[in-house]
Amino acid sequence: MARHTLSILVQDQPGVLARISALFSRRGYNIESLAVGTTETEGVSRMTVVVNVDQHALEQVTKQLNKLINVLKIVELDDNTAIARELMLIKVKADDHSRTKVLELVELFRAKVVDVSGDAVTIEATGSIDKLEAFLNVLAPHGIKEIVQSGVVALARGGRSIADRSNKNSERSI
Amino acid sequence: MSQNITGAESLVKSLEHADVEVVFGIPGGAILPVYDPLMDSPSVRHILVRHEQGAGHAAEGYAAASNRVGVCMATSGPGATNLVTPIADAHMDSVPMVAITGQVPSAFIGSDAFQEADIRGITMPITKHNYLVTRAEDIPRAIKEAFHLASTGRPGPVLVDITKDALQASAEFVWPSHIDLPGYKPTTKPHGRQIKEAARMIVDAHRPVFYVGGGVIRSQANKELRQLAELTGIPVVTTLMARGAFPDSHPQHMGMPGMHGTVGAVGALQKADLLIVLGARFDDRVTGKLESFSPKSKVIHIDIDPAEIGKNRYADIPIVSDVREAIAQLIPAVTAEFDAGNRADLTAWWITLNHWRETYPLGYDQPTDGTLSPQYVIERLGKIAGPEAIYAAGVGQHQMWAAQFIGYENPNTWLNSGGLGTMGYSIPAAMGAKVGAPDKTVWAIDGDGCFQMTNQELATCTINDIPIKVALINNASLGMVRQWQNLFYNERYSNTDLHSHSVPDFVKLADAYGCHGLRVTTAEEVDKAIEKSMEINDAPVVIDFQVHRDAMVWPMVAAGTGNDEIQFARDLAPQWERGDD
Repeated sequence: MARHTLSILVQDQPGVLARISALFSRRGYNIESLAVGTTETEGVSRMTVVVNVDQHALEQVTKQLNKLINVLKIVELDDNTAIARELMLIKVKADDHSRTKVLELVELFRAKVVDVSGDAVTIEATGSIDKLEAFLNVLAPHGIKEIVQSGVVALARGGRSIADRSNKNSERSI
Repeated sequence: MSQNITGAESLVKSLEHADVEVVFGIPGGAILPVYDPLMDSPSVRHILVRHEQGAGHAAEGYAAASNRVGVCMATSGPGATNLVTPIADAHMDSVPMVAITGQVPSAFIGSDAFQEADIRGITMPITKHNYLVTRAEDIPRAIKEAFHLASTGRPGPVLVDITKDALQASAEFVWPSHIDLPGYKPTTKPHGRQIKEAARMIVDAHRPVFYVGGGVIRSQANKELRQLAELTGIPVVTTLMARGAFPDSHPQHMGMPGMHGTVGAVGALQKADLLIVLGARFDDRVTGKLESFSPKSKVIHIDIDPAEIGKNRYADIPIVSDVREAIAQLIPAVTAEFDAGNRADLTAWWITLNHWRETYPLGYDQPTDGTLSPQYVIERLGKIAGPEAIYAAGVGQHQMWAAQFIGYENPNTWLNSGGLGTMGYSIPAAMGAKVGAPDKTVWAIDGDGCFQMTNQELATCTINDIPIKVALINNASLGMVRQWQNLFYNERYSNTDLHSHSVPDFVKLADAYGCHGLRVTTAEEVDKAIEKSMEINDAPVVIDFQVHRDAMVWPMVAAGTGNDEIQFARDLAPQWERGDD
């Protein structure tokens, strides 16, 4: 089992998110993270899905996704050749006694404070899954009251866009 | 300038443009607007069924017998949910089907309105694609795309759900000139290099087998298959879904593989060094325990659905293609290899195969108490009705015996629910088949359990002059379940006794439905009853064959075991070989 990031271009039509998430669940694969948004092309949305599966399951889920009529293209984004980021908002306990220490950690992880109250601060942090996990680990002793995260979004490095990459029906899909 | 018409009229016009000749369905509130213009259609015949499940299976039977797209129609809510089983069935068996359902008005969607069900959501996992149409002007495009999707690539069911307000609104009718589905481009032509590699592997193999699945029937590749088989001299096995894709009388045919396959067919797959898989999907009922399935073979897997390749078994040579196209290209490629002098000797392989075939033929024991053997009935039916007839089976023991003891010579003559295993398929499917192939004799081979799930369609048959014939293999039990209770549950027959030798009286039931009813209880009466039925064409015929209930389906590979553990009769395993494996 390993973590894989799939970028899926879909036609922006009602029900398409349900089709994709239902396919994962009925084939027995758990989605670790999912983010959807519009793209540079009108009528086309992009989903970034992170799954934790072995290679055979990844191939099977990709092929099954390709069979969905509203799916236009699927590309797996490799950690080494892609940039993956997630946004997280974290509410941490911070009183007069501990606030400075928390702010130091915020500085270290290049996050920022977006709200302060007498007993807590709310932090906005972006980064890779690993970085955010590390950040949460160091904040934990102070007491995390609440977190919310966006799901990973990812783009390949370099000048090519996903539209330039191999089509979903090419021989490479098998 | 064309004038505006209602969405309902637009739907009927779209069906006419899609060359639909028949729709099986039942009207109801949300779909009602369609039924008015449907009455006036010069080309679309509507057959009023008695249950929507019957409409769905009839559409499947029609499609399977005629290679056309089957169409069924129902109203919203319960009408639509009654279609769920046949839609799932068509999905599993790759049957081209379009299901049209009415939906509550768009303003009511999501409000738990009367007869509202989210049928698009419900059928998402069991359709190739589905639509919810809420505007009249979108109807022609949705219908055009639905027929295209259902019938191309890997065929399957497509559902079009249309809101009542869309059916009632007015719009200009425009039949789209082209189809724009950027996410749907099935690969239908094989890759030339892979065909060459496959040909090389085929001519080098010493123990090759053609493992033929239902895809060969759907792509109408039987002629090409026969050509390739005869060119190479390689043995052929046909799965449950592929019966009739290759003539049973052909000397290279080893029969059906799988849980109830012949020892010869199962052995051929197990001991092969090369499987040439044509439109088949390594279903668990064929492979048995996957880890011990055909352990020494390489695999050439040809299928139009890339997701089937490598799903259950690694493919050494994967070929995504329409199977007819791929076989057509394999023929010259293999010929070229032969011409170059590359051809492995299959003599030893055939000696082994023939040994299995002669030692372990299909057979059955006659009951000793004078009661009727179900296998005998089915065997005689196959002989008398012959290979030109169409046979539609239900699910269970009678289905397996019908697959085993009838000789199929032609494609589209054997219809059954293979993937989903839907009891109740037979009667409505036979009805649909008779509509799709009116010149053929159509036999429903049904069990007494299955028959009681959908037999109300006999009324539809009688009233609409669809004279199917029903061979009811009545063992007064849920026979296959009983067989498992016999073998695996210490003969404790929990809830499998249907008492149907007495209740209901099937002859009276047939009579009540306007059919001819006959009862047969002894072997002597069998031929006469079948022959008499063959002469009746003014109404459906039901023969209640009251048969022995302890008959079992053999051979059998018990669930969860490997194919090597096949038994050709109780506690009798074949001797595979004299040390060649």
